Amino acid sequence: MRLLINKLVLGLSSLAAVIGLVFLGWILITLIIKGSEALSPYIFTHDLINNGIRNLLFGQFVLAGLATIIGIPIGIMAGIYLQEYSNGSKYADFIRDLSDVMMSAPSIVIGTFVYAVVVMPTGHTAGWAGVFALFVMMLPIVVRATDDMLSLVPTELREAGIAIGASKYHVIVNIILRAAKVGIVTGLILAFARVVGETAPLLYTSGSSVYWSTDLSDTFPSITVSIYNLATMPDDKMVQLAWAAALVLTFFVLILNLLGRYIIREKHH
Amino acid sequence: MKDIANIMEIQDFSFTYPKAENPSLKNINLPIKENHITALIGPSGCGKSTLLRAMNRIHDLYPGCHYEGAIKLKNQDGSIGNILDIKKENDFIALRQRVGMIFQKPTPFPMTIYENIAYGLRIAGIKNKNDLEEIIVKSLQDAALWNEVKDRLHQDARGLSGGQQQRLCITRVVALKPDLMLFDEPTSALDPISTLAIEEMILGLKEKYSIAIVTHNMQQASRISDYTAFMYLGDLVEFNDTDVMFTNPKEQQTNNYITGKFG
Amino acid sequence: MEKIFARLSQVSASLVFVVLVSTLVTLYISAKPAIEEFGAKFLIDARWGVDVPIEPPSSDHKPAQQASQSSVSNAHLDNGTNAGDEDDGINVGDDDDGINVGGDGVVSNAPHKEVFGGAVAIVGTVFSTIIALLFAVPLAMGIAIFLSEIAAPAISKPVGIAIELLAAIPSIIYGMWGLFYFGPFIASIFGGHSVSLLVAGLVLGVMVIPFMAALSRDAINTTPDVLKEAAYAVGATKFEVIKDVVFPYAKAGIIGSIIISLGRALGETMAVAFVIGGVFEFAKSVTDPTNSIPVVLANNFSESSGLSLASLFYLSLILFVVSFIVIFTAKHYFLRRGK
Repeated sequence: MRLLINKLVLGLSSLAAVIGLVFLGWILITLIIKGSEALSPYIFTHDLINNGIRNLLFGQFVLAGLATIIGIPIGIMAGIYLQEYSNGSKYADFIRDLSDVMMSAPSIVIGTFVYAVVVMPTGHTAGWAGVFALFVMMLPIVVRATDDMLSLVPTELREAGIAIGASKYHVIVNIILRAAKVGIVTGLILAFARVVGETAPLLYTSGSSVYWSTDLSDTFPSITVSIYNLATMPDDKMVQLAWAAALVLTFFVLILNLLGRYIIREKHH
Repeated sequence: MKDIANIMEIQDFSFTYPKAENPSLKNINLPIKENHITALIGPSGCGKSTLLRAMNRIHDLYPGCHYEGAIKLKNQDGSIGNILDIKKENDFIALRQRVGMIFQKPTPFPMTIYENIAYGLRIAGIKNKNDLEEIIVKSLQDAALWNEVKDRLHQDARGLSGGQQQRLCITRVVALKPDLMLFDEPTSALDPISTLAIEEMILGLKEKYSIAIVTHNMQQASRISDYTAFMYLGDLVEFNDTDVMFTNPKEQQTNNYITGKFG
Repeated sequence: MEKIFARLSQVSASLVFVVLVSTLVTLYISAKPAIEEFGAKFLIDARWGVDVPIEPPSSDHKPAQQASQSSVSNAHLDNGTNAGDEDDGINVGDDDDGINVGGDGVVSNAPHKEVFGGAVAIVGTVFSTIIALLFAVPLAMGIAIFLSEIAAPAISKPVGIAIELLAAIPSIIYGMWGLFYFGPFIASIFGGHSVSLLVAGLVLGVMVIPFMAALSRDAINTTPDVLKEAAYAVGATKFEVIKDVVFPYAKAGIIGSIIISLGRALGETMAVAFVIGGVFEFAKSVTDPTNSIPVVLANNFSESSGLSLASLFYLSLILFVVSFIVIFTAKHYFLRRGK
């Protein structure tokens, strides 16, 4: 009897695993089949106004890239504070908790926040507002990634640096950050991958544009927002383009994730 | 006991960890002799590492430590200063350049072998490339590490074996020409052969340097040290010539420990 | 330099706090007109953008049409002076009927106002999340157990990576799949609309499965091998080891992963926006379309102003506070950092 129950339960959980994987496989296969229909070199060389996605890809990477460039130094500094300067104070734990909360905060709420502080006063959507929204999403991720990676650096290494007469600043910059470099870089790649696929915070901050644009003070092209708009259009051509854009976006996000894993694995060799 | 000058004198020293109620070290009086090796032995938790870590005040990385008494360190000009009086960051840095420390686990910095040694030297103000090169080569030769690493000076130090890493860490400290070197169980993470190499290295260093070593290994203490201090539960039970300590200790507790009755 | 560096790092850390507080404060201030207007009644009022007549203070010849509406107008009267100053045009105080033309015939001549309530969106959010969890928890647990205890490393490793990669796929992809494929599929089985509460819940469920499975697997993997070996050594079956050793040991982590996933499902926008329907009506059955807070926010923001905008901010504030509590609970009670 016990053995029967054992078999049954193990069978059920394997079945659950299979069902779960079937759903996920279904999504991926759908994405690949539908996405490849409209996929062609043409869409990479034309903007949305001419039924391409060039400006959308560019816009999305500019938005996420700028958010990353602003978020990285601030996030790393904050992580350094938590791990190196706070001496395990209650305040540091408090900031850690807040970062965790911020990290999981609904992205649409961050969108509404940025709408209220940037878009409403200026009266129109702008690339910078999108950058700001993605930065707010990014910051806690970088903070916690840095914090976690620095916590893996052995205490002895810090003490050895101090024991040789290096100042705390030198130890942090020359020894600890260097020792944690691989982990932090991975964290940054994953953070970028996370925000580059975001839609909700951009919906009414950067909006999306069908034209090529480099002007961040105006409505800015975004691939995710455009996918949302195109997919709900009655025009089949537009829906096809949305699938193609979705495939390209997913592909980039997955590549970034794989890259992050690869770097971590290389380290252990 | 012969009359030998002290590089350091610990006087009525008590130490309390942050947020702890009772002191971990109580009224310690201990001299560290110049150009000799002093071993600190005792069972786990007796305070031997705590005492060693007070000698370069590395405890102060974690705020809230409480010191009493005095730890007097002889300066190069012969004057004597109490290191417990140090308050300023710059003075701490100077202290640690004069009192080097080697840890339980090897702690190669995440840089090349060459840079590992150059790092401390640069911090100490030696910036000239030729001077650096000269000191680094000389230190590695003195440490008998030169032949093993000369072909890979510019590779990551973390690629060395554990024993080599530890010898590199010692070399890194030696290059700074400290007045006193502190070893905190430097061989506990190493195999017997590497341990022997490190012990030989430490013995060779005492010609020029004063050394204090914490060890949980009594044979090691008897092999390499000139003086031994036995500590138990935060007290210094006995300080004596190593020969006397291991053959005819004054205290019953010491005798019980070295004969293996506890610990 | 040294000091500046330390100071900068502290300021950076505090920025997290500043951003969080300013989010809360901004949402509160933006939502204030709605909070003052509707108060806590907002939570149980199912009307969104509906015109209702109000009782002018001096006019006794117009009796209250319905009991519930009179309480609304009373609430308005309490704050009448404030609201009238801030919002022009939308509020009733200034007798501007131009905005309210859509009202039904009965009240077209009387002063009226627009009423907003979050009940539909709140109920939709709660139910879609419940459906998602009912669907996702058993599957995710199955995957987690399969990956950590059943499958050989040659299988569990690639499958584990695949699961983690799926967790990284942008949620908008899940939404598109739901709209074009999964929704019609569900409708063909259960009947009803291809955009519905049920579809929204299931798409949400599929979306959080990889996330929940990966977190639970990590929690299960923290069980020390010696503990499991000790249980096997007394003759336990694999199921008994999982039930009596692994689950109790990893319980906190597993519950934490479920709550974190719950937080994610609550605030998810894009996966749901495609498939929930976006109508301000309660779903009479699970196969009816309805609405959820994030979707209301996503669909209505750009066309809103005045009181309707404030009401959206009110919803956003509610969502933020709820997810704040959910995540804080999960982190604080179940996923305590091991220190």
